[in-house]
Amino acid sequence: MSLQKLVPARVALVWLVLVGATLASWQLGTGHGIFSGDDPRAATVAVILVAFVKGRLVGLHFMELRDAPIALRSIFEGYVAIVSTVLVALYLR
Amino acid sequence: MAATDPALPADRMSVPRREHRIPGEAGTWVFIFGDLTVFAFMFGVFLYYRGQDPAVFEAARAQMVQGYGVVNTLVLLTSSLLVVAGVRAVRGGARAIGERLFLAATGCGLLFASVKYFEYHDKLSHGFKPATNDFWMYYFTFTGVHLFHVIIGIGMLIGLSRLARRGTLDVRATALLEGGACFWHMVDLLWIVLFALFYLAR
Repeated sequence: MSLQKLVPARVALVWLVLVGATLASWQLGTGHGIFSGDDPRAATVAVILVAFVKGRLVGLHFMELRDAPIALRSIFEGYVAIVSTVLVALYLR
Repeated sequence: MAATDPALPADRMSVPRREHRIPGEAGTWVFIFGDLTVFAFMFGVFLYYRGQDPAVFEAARAQMVQGYGVVNTLVLLTSSLLVVAGVRAVRGGARAIGERLFLAATGCGLLFASVKYFEYHDKLSHGFKPATNDFWMYYFTFTGVHLFHVIIGIGMLIGLSRLARRGTLDVRATALLEGGACFWHMVDLLWIVLFALFYLAR
């Protein structure tokens, strides 16, 4: 079985984006590199939102929720939207 | 599982875009969303109490070694990719490849647990204990609950490697395959948020 069939380009791209986002969050969270001298609160809000964008990618592409019935996918999308919003609100409070 | 969902032919590689179907079975998702909800409360509790005492939480977070968290995030992301490939291999009839991919993912799970062991040891040897303050209490409790999920997940991945060795998969075996894979992806997803909150949120 070819590698292309085991890991289609879409899935490989999602994995690369997840790795890139992890490294970017690391810089954001520690305030080093290109994000030095930033506002820690803005950086933390970005870190939380990036984490949920990553989680959404895991759900849609790895758990195959993009192909799931609309009800199941909506519950997942709702979870991501509600929990990320509540967490950002709790942080900024 | 949807009533219209037939047993998957052995040569089927992926689900056509238009055909909506539940990965695993409905019960899997009741469990997964239950677990996701429990963790959502844990995330909320952590940020609520962080807001009550930001100076103490930030001083404790500054003692975290981001490298441990980054390595473990990359390990779990890679394990998830191996599991996706494993499911596709088994669906496509490449059972030996599927078995090896699930065993490789199992190795990633063990690597995650080993890194966590060294990190806990490092923290405890520097005098940071659950009783030190709220940050450390939540850190040990929540990452501990997550580690418990990783250990359950490792057991499931070993189960999937055995399942991969079996002959053609019936509807039930396919549901087990996809349900086990989704549990592992959930473990990955939860760690992504824990990493953001405990290692990065300033």
